[in-house]
Amino acid sequence: MDLLVDIKKKLYGFQLDVSLESQRDIIGILGASGSGKSMMLRCIAGLVKPDEGQIIVNGKTFFDSEKKIDLPIRERKIGFLFQNYALFPNMTVSENIAFGLDHLSKADKKNKVAQLMEKYNLAGLEKRYPTQISGGQQQRIALARAVAVEPDILLLDEPFSALDVHLRNHMIREMSESLKDFQGMTIFVTHNRDEAYQLCDRIAVFNAGKVEAFGEKDKLFQRPVSLETAKITGCKNMAKARKISENTVAVPEWGVRLDSKMKIEHEEGHIGIRANHIRIVDESTKENCFKVWIADESDGPFRTFLYLKIGSQPEKLDDFHFQCEISREQRNEIKDRSGPLYVYLNPEYVFFVEK
Amino acid sequence: MSNYNGKWKGVIDSILTLPLVLPPTVAGFGILLLIGKRGPVGQFLNLFGFNIIFSWYAAVIAAIVVAFPLMYKTTMGAFEQIDTNILSAARTLGASEWKVFWHVAVPLARPGIAAATALSFARCLGEFGATLMVAGSIPGKTETIPIAIYFATQGGEMEVAIIWVAIIFAISLTVLVINNYWDSYKKKGRYGAGA
Repeated sequence: MDLLVDIKKKLYGFQLDVSLESQRDIIGILGASGSGKSMMLRCIAGLVKPDEGQIIVNGKTFFDSEKKIDLPIRERKIGFLFQNYALFPNMTVSENIAFGLDHLSKADKKNKVAQLMEKYNLAGLEKRYPTQISGGQQQRIALARAVAVEPDILLLDEPFSALDVHLRNHMIREMSESLKDFQGMTIFVTHNRDEAYQLCDRIAVFNAGKVEAFGEKDKLFQRPVSLETAKITGCKNMAKARKISENTVAVPEWGVRLDSKMKIEHEEGHIGIRANHIRIVDESTKENCFKVWIADESDGPFRTFLYLKIGSQPEKLDDFHFQCEISREQRNEIKDRSGPLYVYLNPEYVFFVEK
Repeated sequence: MSNYNGKWKGVIDSILTLPLVLPPTVAGFGILLLIGKRGPVGQFLNLFGFNIIFSWYAAVIAAIVVAFPLMYKTTMGAFEQIDTNILSAARTLGASEWKVFWHVAVPLARPGIAAATALSFARCLGEFGATLMVAGSIPGKTETIPIAIYFATQGGEMEVAIIWVAIIFAISLTVLVINNYWDSYKKKGRYGAGA
């Protein structure tokens, strides 16, 4: 099982220019809306034709502009899970699942459908129509229908975005479970970094039609390689930085110097630290400790975001340098402290990106 | 047609829709030019001894020409409203274009096609101008109900006219009722409960 995608396609506003290679895996494609990630998925499926390049899945050439190959969709052996599931509303649940099984005998078809109904927790819904069942069930049917044809590659196009949060977490775990049994490769497109992290081994970050970064998910989240990757993987605190020494940078916007455990190789770039890595401390003793004032605050049910400014009192609500995420308990503990706070930006978590 | 997006789309579409906006007499005049004794089609058929002008064939042709745009527009609208993802899903599952069309697209467009048929039928039934031009009004041969009503009224035979009016009223109403009933029956089965 391997995948090679190397395609170009001109789109409104930008050019899709993707190069991706992988072995058997669950690959996550993470990017903002309009970054071209769904378009790439549609190119692999054959729903959209790239301008040039090649797509090879499992040794089979789907598309090759030089050799003039453009395999019809039905011959590609793909499973495509659409965002809105795209179930056939005129067919019952079992008819939906059986749709791609025309090559089987009647008895085999019946067996296979029964097996899938069982496996995907759909027993009892055989005679229902797609609009008569819940969103979670619809998704299971769509997945069962897609894997029924035993595809070489499974393409998931933001399958969880139509579900509410509670159901979403449940379905992600379920999906993760079913993907373990699946022998082929899976490409999972999403704009949600949590979903990507939960479901995938490796993640490709998309930005403006290009692959910004591709690698092991842990590495990617801990040490983003570019400003865009950092932002898309959820880093909220980024600032321009200039190299001073191998492990120290100056951050003019914040008016401070910062230490980082990372070796800094470029003269200029950006410095970043995740909001949850910033600690509130009692006093400024070490390096990377700063006196800060609270400019604004936003409370979630369990976590609180503090918008902090280094050095002087903020003049308005959006006059801040970085965000710090702490638990509600911790927020309550420091509530009665008057005046400025001290924060510690652990050099372990301070990272530097070139662009 | 709904998949075709070439530069001629607008032109073809306009030509197919033209009879909808033209006065029926203009459509009738056009048909007359084509299939009349001196028209190209008329002359061709004459070679085999056929003459369709002022026969019930001409009435049928007139009805088809006048009702076609309604059928075409409504059906086309029904096909265009189908979620393209659903058609794509069928293709990814290995379906041929034949299967996609007959097993997915047509069933999904069926309510629209049914509505189109009902509308076209009603239009045919009421067709007057074009029919009068190409088929005339030969009692027992090419006299359609609306024409019969017109001439009965003109001739002062109000009783005859009323009978015809009642008949056409009954037919039209029946078609509409069946159409509506069928529509809500489908909805009850698939789109009502749950969701």
